[in-house]
Amino acid sequence: MDWLYVLMPISGVSIFWPGLIVLGLGVGIIGGFFGMGGAWMVTPGLNILGFPMAFAIGTDVAHMAGKSLISTMRHGKFGNVDYKLGITMLVGTVVGVEIGAQMIMWLERIGSVDKVVRWLYVVLLISIAWMVFHDVALRKKKEREAAAAGNKLDETAVGLDWASKLHAFKVPPMMTFHAAGITCSAWLPIIVSLATGWLAGILGIGGGLIRMPALVYLVGCPTHVAVGTDLFEVAISGLYGAASYTYKGRTELVAALIMLVGAAIGAQIGAVATKYIKGYGIRIAFGTAVLGCLCSVVLKLLQPMFPDYAGFINGLSTVLVLGFVIVISLYITVRMVQGAKAELAAKKQKA
Amino acid sequence: MQKMRRIWSALAVCALWLLVFMPSLALAAKKGAANVVIVADTRRLDGIMLWWAQMYNDSHLYFTILTIIIIPVVGCIFGVLADIVMSHIGIDLKHRSLAEH
Repeated sequence: MDWLYVLMPISGVSIFWPGLIVLGLGVGIIGGFFGMGGAWMVTPGLNILGFPMAFAIGTDVAHMAGKSLISTMRHGKFGNVDYKLGITMLVGTVVGVEIGAQMIMWLERIGSVDKVVRWLYVVLLISIAWMVFHDVALRKKKEREAAAAGNKLDETAVGLDWASKLHAFKVPPMMTFHAAGITCSAWLPIIVSLATGWLAGILGIGGGLIRMPALVYLVGCPTHVAVGTDLFEVAISGLYGAASYTYKGRTELVAALIMLVGAAIGAQIGAVATKYIKGYGIRIAFGTAVLGCLCSVVLKLLQPMFPDYAGFINGLSTVLVLGFVIVISLYITVRMVQGAKAELAAKKQKA
Repeated sequence: MQKMRRIWSALAVCALWLLVFMPSLALAAKKGAANVVIVADTRRLDGIMLWWAQMYNDSHLYFTILTIIIIPVVGCIFGVLADIVMSHIGIDLKHRSLAEH
């Protein structure tokens, strides 16, 4: 069974390559659907396949750039990518990530910041999950009220509406983003991307998990456009991250390319599935993904507190994350197949 | 307007919390970061893998440049190939009818 293993040229470990393809497929589906890189899912997966942690992160970032590019291509064809907004935000993202990364290096020189960063991550994830589910609850309430009055709620109605309040600040230059359908001060996306980039830099993550809800709730993008535009950002910032990790010698390109085979198919499934699921459906699934990420971070935090059970907690965290990847990617695939079947049946009926 | 003011004050408190407590927490958890230098072991490699590992050992700069060229190129190729496969299913891959925010 030697042919099932590939010797990685840089890290020198033999890796079960079908495992890489399956992992790429799973995170490709989730990434294409939610508009995030999914580092928190890939890193433990690569680690379980036998990668040392240092290589797991670099390889993940490299594969993330390629995978997000594939998803962006597909979302772009659906009109889900606002390139103008993406480029405007890119400036803030890069500057923010760099400020965050420099801040972390400064803090590292003083001492270990792992714990601080993880707690900050927990607070942030709880806030995002609360925001998403609070928004869903508010919209459901509006739906019920409209139904009680004998009306149907407008499809573009939202639960939380911070964006329109932020749009009221008309500080020049004003910009119109056609795909997103919004007109606002250019400073809004720049400041939002600077803040999300700074947080991503501090937390050492790609930032999709923060940027996607920020695009929806602060910039005011429709969910589908937020997913596509965020993927465009992840593709470019991922490439920047890949260059940084590769220069530090922490990327296994061979593994990243094998993962891309699965991710190419997965990204298409995830992106096409957004065609059949309403914006709020994506938001609910995204909130669930944030909770999955939260579980994995909390378990990591519990490890040093209970050293006797560290092995068990680590195993549990990995099982939870990979179990989550399987369940969510299966859900997205089933919804995509159901939607495609319905569309084909409708087409046949028309013909 | 009052709600906005409350949001802004909450954000200001969070920012202040970060500024004040992050360095002090970091100081409390003193532990030096270790620098690790990894050299690829080329003894078990041959062909293209050997060339790749040697380039990694020789120059991280060339290794980085090639990596960031290969990733988007392969991504585009795989994207186009997957596109061709998906188009054979027969579904509309250019429009999305759902309008919900």
